[in-house]
Amino acid sequence: MLQRRTFLLSGLALPALSRPGAAADPIKIGMTQPLTGAVAASGTYVANGARIALDVLNREGGVLGRPIQLVLEDNKSNPREAVASVEKLVLSDKVPVLIGAWSSTFTLAIMPKLLEYKVPMVVETSSAARITTSGNPYVFRIAPTSEMEALAFAEQLGKFNPPIRKIDFLSVNNDFGRGAAEKFAAALAAKGIATGRTETMTPEATDLAAQLTALKQSDADTVFITSGVEQTTLALRQAVEQRLNKRMVTTGGAFPDQLVANPLPAGRSSYHILFFAPWFSERAPYAPIARTFTEEWTKRGWDFGGMTEGYRGYDAMLTVKEAIRLAGKPEAEAIRQALWQVKIPGINGDIAFVKEGPAGQESGQNRPNVTIVQLSEGKTSLL
Amino acid sequence: MDQALQHLVNGTVLGGTYALLGIGLTLVFGVMRVVNFTHGEFYAFGAYITYGLIVLGGVNYFLALPLATLAGVALGALLEVALLRPMRKADIDSVMLVMIGAMLAMQNLEMFAWGGVAKLTPNPFDGSPLVFGPVSVLPLRLFVLVVSVLMLLGFWLALERSRAGMAMRATFQDPETAALMGVRVGWVNTATFALGSGLAAASGALLGPVFMTSPTMGDLVGLKAFAIVILGGLGSLPGATLGGFALGFVEEFAGGYLSTEYRDTFGFLLIIAVLVLRPQGLVPARERIG
Repeated sequence: MLQRRTFLLSGLALPALSRPGAAADPIKIGMTQPLTGAVAASGTYVANGARIALDVLNREGGVLGRPIQLVLEDNKSNPREAVASVEKLVLSDKVPVLIGAWSSTFTLAIMPKLLEYKVPMVVETSSAARITTSGNPYVFRIAPTSEMEALAFAEQLGKFNPPIRKIDFLSVNNDFGRGAAEKFAAALAAKGIATGRTETMTPEATDLAAQLTALKQSDADTVFITSGVEQTTLALRQAVEQRLNKRMVTTGGAFPDQLVANPLPAGRSSYHILFFAPWFSERAPYAPIARTFTEEWTKRGWDFGGMTEGYRGYDAMLTVKEAIRLAGKPEAEAIRQALWQVKIPGINGDIAFVKEGPAGQESGQNRPNVTIVQLSEGKTSLL
Repeated sequence: MDQALQHLVNGTVLGGTYALLGIGLTLVFGVMRVVNFTHGEFYAFGAYITYGLIVLGGVNYFLALPLATLAGVALGALLEVALLRPMRKADIDSVMLVMIGAMLAMQNLEMFAWGGVAKLTPNPFDGSPLVFGPVSVLPLRLFVLVVSVLMLLGFWLALERSRAGMAMRATFQDPETAALMGVRVGWVNTATFALGSGLAAASGALLGPVFMTSPTMGDLVGLKAFAIVILGGLGSLPGATLGGFALGFVEEFAGGYLSTEYRDTFGFLLIIAVLVLRPQGLVPARERIG
């Protein structure tokens, strides 16, 4: 029986062995995203963006004359699972480069493993400052830090009428949420804007009535909300119930796309700090790239608003592909070195890395563009 | 004062939700001595069935709710017959392992069928809140609270006044004697598990449109339901109701006045305090011993 099975397996393997060498074997790119759990929507959108890039890049011939293979793992919105997913990608799938891991908490949990296994990772979403300042030379972030986002927002304060005078925060209680609250408070304090209350929520929380009622007592005129798409949507909907009649601004690039089909009551608007506004893709820094992405996404019938996060996966794949091309071989250290040479146009704009962190151990940090979109009665407009 | 009143309303709405969640779990434990880890998954199942019926099937919201509940009852009965009945003589640890396996299977099936992205279920209610002086509440939340209270009352009446309810209570107090008195204990177990599952599905059907529907939505709910049942007293129906409201108020007021960061912590501190001072729970179940 055993002999027969071995024979059959050998037979199945024959076509692969008879190929003209290993040249056509795919080059693997590992990706860890939250495909389930509290921030599954965001992770799924990013993964979908990467899937589109995979198809587009392979249609164009792959890289180094070989097709690209995306090995996607679910980190289940959990830092422990994020570490396990990286262990699997590196040790079992033998990927030479990674993309991940959406939340700062997941990325920070993974970072020691990058040092241990000496595999570079392109960070597509996480915004906590210490990801690129802690001295991990295997980290290359294309997403903006919370500080970059806050400073860019502060430059656009003049667009708000009536002006912002005092702010509150409703933040998810992790590195992402707390970091954003800290950086936005500092950036806006420099513009003379005071901070009132900061309320937090666990990532899994669904009933936010206590937080919103507490925020109602503050005399601030604007509330910054930082969390994943699901919680941001819940916060905006429940703010209506609690009659929290303040300007609501979401940070971190999450867009509550389900409020397009199920809008808030008339007269309610929300503002969203985004890094790609698919409704206005013609105004993207590189419109043809953005157009290809939006067309492919629409063709697949995915939620339109998901592109606000999906672009991250697309840009991350373009970045990794370029690094592999520059490296000339799919080896981790060569790709790490090549990432410093990447200079490409992406959906968000130019992608290139500057050094951040302690000398000799610098991480790479990109300088992305920031856009503010207003959502009112299911319709979007650029601010 | 205005803030306190709003917290009171929020706590009542949240407590009603919790009570409905707890009662199905405590019923199954009380009658069958089964720690039902699938409770949270039946909640998610009810929410998904409602979403599917409304969005994909074009079914009316008010019809979708009872249909989702019935689907929960049917799946619960199936699970009891397929998994629990063969395990009737097994020890509690084996049954717990089977239930954990069932929970994981259900969650993964939901993920496979619906994907990981949360869904927003439409509802026919106005999105603007009803305002009563200093407090406000969404019509949908009010509807959920009213239905929850009616379901709790209806359930209590059925348990106290019907023959089936009497059979369940008899099985809960002493299954061997109940069997000797002619109660079909096997049937009671199936009915109890189906009913408990139906209540969880009803909670999901009602709350899916309030929050969002996702494959992991049952995780936190399952945890809270266990907390409510322990707080109220294992197997006690009035205890689950009281425990649900107590947890709702503590979370709401502590979150509003002390710290939202540790909102859940205060709820669990209450449980620890109750377990230390009154280990049998707030309203312990009446059980015949010996």
